Amino acid sequence: MTDQKQAADFNEDEKKIIEDMITGDPEDMTIFGVSRRQFLKQLAVITGGFAAAQYIGPDELFAAPSVLAPGTIPINSIENGVNASFNVNGAPVALEVDSRMTLLDSLREKLQLTGTKKGCDHGQCGACTVIIDGNRVLSCLTLTACCQGKNVTTIEGLAKNNQLHPMQTAFIKHDGFQCGYCTPGQICSAVALMDEAKKGEASYLTENIREKPVSVQLSDDEIRERMSGNICRCGAYPNIIAAIKEVHSGKEAAQNWQFA
Amino acid sequence: MAIIGKPINRVDALLKVTGAAKYAAEFNQPNMVYAFPVRSTIAKGSVSAIDSSAAEKSAGVIKILTPENAPQLKAIDPKVKTGGMLGEQLLPLQDNLVYYFGQYIALVVAETYEQARAAASLVKVNYSKEKHAIDLNTELPNGYKPQKVQGEDAQVNEGKTAPVIDATANKISYTYTTPTENHHPMEPHASIAVWEGSDKLTLYDSTQGVMGARGTLAYHFSLTPENVQIVSPYVGGGFGCKGSQWGHMLLAAMAAKLVQRPVKLAITRQMMQTNVGRRPATQQKMAMATDDKGMLTAIRHHTDSYGNKSDFFEPSGKQTAVLYNAPLREITYKIAKLNIGTPTYMRAPGETPGTFALESAIDEMAYKMKMDPVAFRVLNHTAEDPSKKHPFSSENLLDCYTIGSEKIGWQQRKAEPGQLRKGKQLIGYGVATATYPAGRSAASAKVQLRADGSVIVQSATQDIGTGTYTIIAQTASETLGIPVEKITVKIGDSSFPPAPVSGGSMTTASVNPAVMAAAEMVRKELLALATADTGSSLKGRRLEDIGYADGHFFVTADKTTVDSYADIMRRNNKNIVEACTTAMPASGSGLGAPTAPCMEAPIDKEENSDKEKYSFHSFGAQFAEVWVDEDFGTIRVKRFVSVQDVGRIMNEKTARSQIIGGVIYGIGAALMEETAYDHRWANPATRTLADYHVPVNLDVPDIGVHFIGKPDPHISPIGARGIGEIGTTGVSAAIANAVFNATGKRLRDLPFTPDKMLLKS
Amino acid sequence: MRPFKFSTTADSNEVSKILIANPHARLLGGGTNLLDLMKEDVERPTELVEVGNIDVMKIVSPASATGSVVIPAVEKNARTANDPAIRENFPMLSQAILSGASAQIRNMATNGGNLNQRTRCTYFYDVAMPCNKREPGSGCGAMKGLNRMHAIFGWSDKCVAVHPSDMCVALAALDAVVKVQGANGKQRSIPFTAYHRLPGDQPQKDNTLQPGELITAIEIPRNNFAENSYYLKVRDRASYAFALISVAAAMELKNNKIVRVSIAMGGVAHKPWRASVAEKYLLHKEATEANFKIAAANEMKLAKPLEHNLYKVELGRKALVRALMQAANGGKTI
Ligand SMILES: Cc1cc2nc3c(=O)[nH]c(=O)nc-3n(C[C@H](O)[C@H](O)[C@H](O)COP(=O)(O)OP(=O)(O)OC[C@H]3O[C@@H](n4cnc5c(N)ncnc54)[C@H](O)[C@@H]3O)c2cc1C
Ligand code: SF4
Ligand code: FES
Ligand code: FES
Repeated sequence: MTDQKQAADFNEDEKKIIEDMITGDPEDMTIFGVSRRQFLKQLAVITGGFAAAQYIGPDELFAAPSVLAPGTIPINSIENGVNASFNVNGAPVALEVDSRMTLLDSLREKLQLTGTKKGCDHGQCGACTVIIDGNRVLSCLTLTACCQGKNVTTIEGLAKNNQLHPMQTAFIKHDGFQCGYCTPGQICSAVALMDEAKKGEASYLTENIREKPVSVQLSDDEIRERMSGNICRCGAYPNIIAAIKEVHSGKEAAQNWQFA
Repeated sequence: MAIIGKPINRVDALLKVTGAAKYAAEFNQPNMVYAFPVRSTIAKGSVSAIDSSAAEKSAGVIKILTPENAPQLKAIDPKVKTGGMLGEQLLPLQDNLVYYFGQYIALVVAETYEQARAAASLVKVNYSKEKHAIDLNTELPNGYKPQKVQGEDAQVNEGKTAPVIDATANKISYTYTTPTENHHPMEPHASIAVWEGSDKLTLYDSTQGVMGARGTLAYHFSLTPENVQIVSPYVGGGFGCKGSQWGHMLLAAMAAKLVQRPVKLAITRQMMQTNVGRRPATQQKMAMATDDKGMLTAIRHHTDSYGNKSDFFEPSGKQTAVLYNAPLREITYKIAKLNIGTPTYMRAPGETPGTFALESAIDEMAYKMKMDPVAFRVLNHTAEDPSKKHPFSSENLLDCYTIGSEKIGWQQRKAEPGQLRKGKQLIGYGVATATYPAGRSAASAKVQLRADGSVIVQSATQDIGTGTYTIIAQTASETLGIPVEKITVKIGDSSFPPAPVSGGSMTTASVNPAVMAAAEMVRKELLALATADTGSSLKGRRLEDIGYADGHFFVTADKTTVDSYADIMRRNNKNIVEACTTAMPASGSGLGAPTAPCMEAPIDKEENSDKEKYSFHSFGAQFAEVWVDEDFGTIRVKRFVSVQDVGRIMNEKTARSQIIGGVIYGIGAALMEETAYDHRWANPATRTLADYHVPVNLDVPDIGVHFIGKPDPHISPIGARGIGEIGTTGVSAAIANAVFNATGKRLRDLPFTPDKMLLKS
Repeated sequence: MRPFKFSTTADSNEVSKILIANPHARLLGGGTNLLDLMKEDVERPTELVEVGNIDVMKIVSPASATGSVVIPAVEKNARTANDPAIRENFPMLSQAILSGASAQIRNMATNGGNLNQRTRCTYFYDVAMPCNKREPGSGCGAMKGLNRMHAIFGWSDKCVAVHPSDMCVALAALDAVVKVQGANGKQRSIPFTAYHRLPGDQPQKDNTLQPGELITAIEIPRNNFAENSYYLKVRDRASYAFALISVAAAMELKNNKIVRVSIAMGGVAHKPWRASVAEKYLLHKEATEANFKIAAANEMKLAKPLEHNLYKVELGRKALVRALMQAANGGKTI
């Protein structure tokens, strides 16, 4: 990141956020991925403190991680209740839900993990993409009941060890979003794509499909094809491609605006 | 320190890449319940009976709202200015009349979303059906000729061009059609309504206009506006469909009032097709003529379109009043009423379909005259507003053509179609002019400097992905001489100083002058304190000799003589220095007079959007390279270059994103977007994102963006015009023109799907 | 979505019993089609049984002695497409799968679910519309409606829908066999081309599966098509869209002479459409563009377009030629 700012001193808002944070008892690993305190520090470093200053209170940045165990969630006349225990961002979760409840709605309505977005609820947009057991999937077409024993990673769980995931950093640098609504899905999708490319998985555009799968360096069109399951109505696609290319190739990707 | 313009990362970027940015539906409330609407399955008539007995017995159901039991809303009164704007003149569940397929006719409230949705499918409805109006050409004879279009005459020189055009062989005359399109921002509309007692309402809502939403809700629920708070910190895109207020907002508040619990109503993607506006279809009859040298002598542009429950219609003649120097132009409209959900503003309303017609026709005219399409446009360029005869506030369109031609490699283009190919792909190049008016409205902002050097800026504007948070921070930073890191921007809340709807590409032009003026007042107040303060090294200095940077003042001639903001505040026992200003453009405001404590910012009339004197427009040139499969007719945009003359650029990074986003919206309109209605039921057959196609990643090529970057000296002291919409204009024409150049096939009916290409000989 | 009971029974006989006893019970594969339709209120099962845990589903890709390959019904589309054996021996199947939906959906979708996914006909999806497939006797909304996406072959006056799968088009061309198990563990093998149905008088029936039967696997016999095959898909946008027309074309060449050929089309009928007329013409002929053109024209002569899909006849002709050309060219873009 060339225009990365120096770590700024905390302003009053940030200090207040931090105070609120550490009066609690921040566990190191929560379903939110990293400790709140570490995350906050990182937040100041990565974007020079910009974001910490944005329209957020502590509640919004890290909605209270109600530690979730069966019975502690308010259950409103559940019909056909199903129990499901699984991991979300490394933390165990046990839910009793209506059999109809999708993973997407469980994340958003029960676990307050609202980073995963609902764009269509029918598998047509990719906004709800999460990673289950290493694979990118759509949480809107996944029943919570089917998540028994699985490992779910959401956008909240990508940052690790005080660092944003490189894909998150690249999205910031390349402005890989505008409204930000498709972004969590795009990033989860892109993170999983890096793995697929390493495993040499093919796409419809792969010319030599019969060859043995080996780690592949994807062309721009290959990345486009493989990211086509994530719709961005704001039209950040070229920037998304730049961000993914940079992470995929390890080389800086250029941005192409100019003044006349 | 010139931070304005810098391509800094978005200040809200971290929140967006970590999932921490919160959108309307994500403000869950204690004790909250869920609402799910029932929609009509006829397009015209009335609901004769609703049998909700099965639904009521369904588990978790709390209440089913129908016209029988729904809270009564204060009726629409066309004479009253509510401060808001209903998307359609139709209040939900106030009577049993049906005006379009999919209209809300009941609402189920239940403990969970699953329960509400399931119960909604159990509500049985009987209708008394009437014959609906759905075919544009059938209904046009009963249509009306609007008198005004966005404040201007809607019928200009009717019938006057015929003698000129008919008299020459140098003419073209074609009809261009565009379909109904839907906005489909990725975040579906959502409202969470929370009542405190019976006279205070908070609505978490996904809106492009918190003030408008406040006005509408306050009016129809008979509340004082101050007792209605709209909260919308992050908006997952809008493109116009979140600019006005639609039924679900009222329904959420009605339901919450009735069940006395907070209610969440997040509409489905299917409802986005029917209930929150659309761009109406147009049929545009274009004709034009030139003299033998190719100078335009007359342009005629007639638009047929439709409306429903509002006066809105697609103003697709707008650009034809502004572009080219034809001495005579005829611009007219005829509008039918159809039983289709009400049309509304959609990204570059008017210009998006309008430039498709005009810029395709210009290309056809150039081809007829055997002229290069760029040269033809240059020849017919106008340096002043040809309708109003005002100078443009700032205009560099010719540079746009030149730069674009160079960047796309226009010289590769062959004048005759079908000359370039690679394998089975036919290659062609096309150009079109882009334009959009540069509006500005009154806006207020409050800037607050705290003793610790931090700054808070507040304004009831919105960031719908446009970068508003970021450029407000940049504006405040530059004006105050305080680093961006120390600035907190608070927007998207109606309790902040009023600002206009995020629409019409006017947020930047409107809000930033207010931010700048307020920041300037803060800085000046500080400086006044310093120069009057015996404890200050600046005591008695002349104001013009003093500079500022990094949180302190200094003497320009002697940079070691400094006084920091913090010291000045400490010595004067100030914890806060703040100012609220309203920046009011010279010609009209839209917001009304500033409300205390905001005062009007003093702005010289020459740089304050004086429409009596100048015509305010942005311009650009769009260049497309397309590859068309010669067998299948599938079109791929392979490269795109967009050169934009949009005034000062506030942030190169976010500005570029706005333009590429606009271009992609245009690619969608050109190649795939269409809401198709089955005339037997007047229902949209394209119900979801699986059949209303919008571009996916592989549809989109590299898009080169180039800015002229010259500040507009007359629009505001900042010199920035808006950029949210112009990127879409001209795109479908540039693609149509490139397709013609590639294949010799001239399509005049959007979108260009393979079936149309195949059936066209 | 109506309430339903969720179960994860492992015993396949038990599952068959449930399916026979309760006509409103359904198997749940990846859910990418079933849950979509349940949210639309089109499918209203009262019980869902997860396929993943059923004993008989736990086959692991045994390549049989005859050189055929068996793909389990519960295997995900993405894993099937990327299986090195499939990629090498049946590249057209990988391409067909990979041309469908999105990476996320392919990671979820099961092979069995793919076979049994239902049509994308908009009238079928909208419960406010008449549809004989959804509600027998209610009429066909598409017949006189917006039928741009609909069938040009084999439709009836009851239904003009197309089967939406890409994978199935390749399987049809590969002469696959659908392995099913019914009540009391009874096994059956159904030739792929006999698995899906034409609509006839019973458009509500997509396939020939009997009550209580589950798909356990799909077997693909050995062939020599790998060198010269291609799956071509033409659609309204570049990706993440259903086919307007697709063609699975495969041939075995000896000195440019076609010794075996197999062609199937998608987007044209209620089932994957074997282009047998074109196949017959091409057998023992030279693999030339001229021959491909005649074969394609012969095949498409039989098409019966509806009001809005005349273009499919032309598109089908051209797609057949292109797919055959590309297959003849070693699967490479021409
Ligand atoms: C937006 C979108 C785009 C798509 N685009 C394409 C495309 O371009 N091309 C394409 O081919 N497909 C496409 N699909 C469809 C997708 O491929 C199917 O939904 C998927 O293959 C279904 O598999 P599943 O396991 O999820 O099935 P499910 O939804 O779980 O089940 C589907 C049906 O199969 C039955 N079933 C499941 N397993 C068995 C079994 N073992 N035995 C008997 N019956 C069984 C179920 O009971 C159900 O009736 C798309 C889907 C979506 C949502
Ligand atoms: S084509 Fe078939 S699925 Fe479509 S409406 Fe007609 S009967 Fe229903
Ligand atoms: S919300 Fe799941 S794909 Fe759109
Ligand atoms: S950033 Fe708005 S939809 Fe992608």
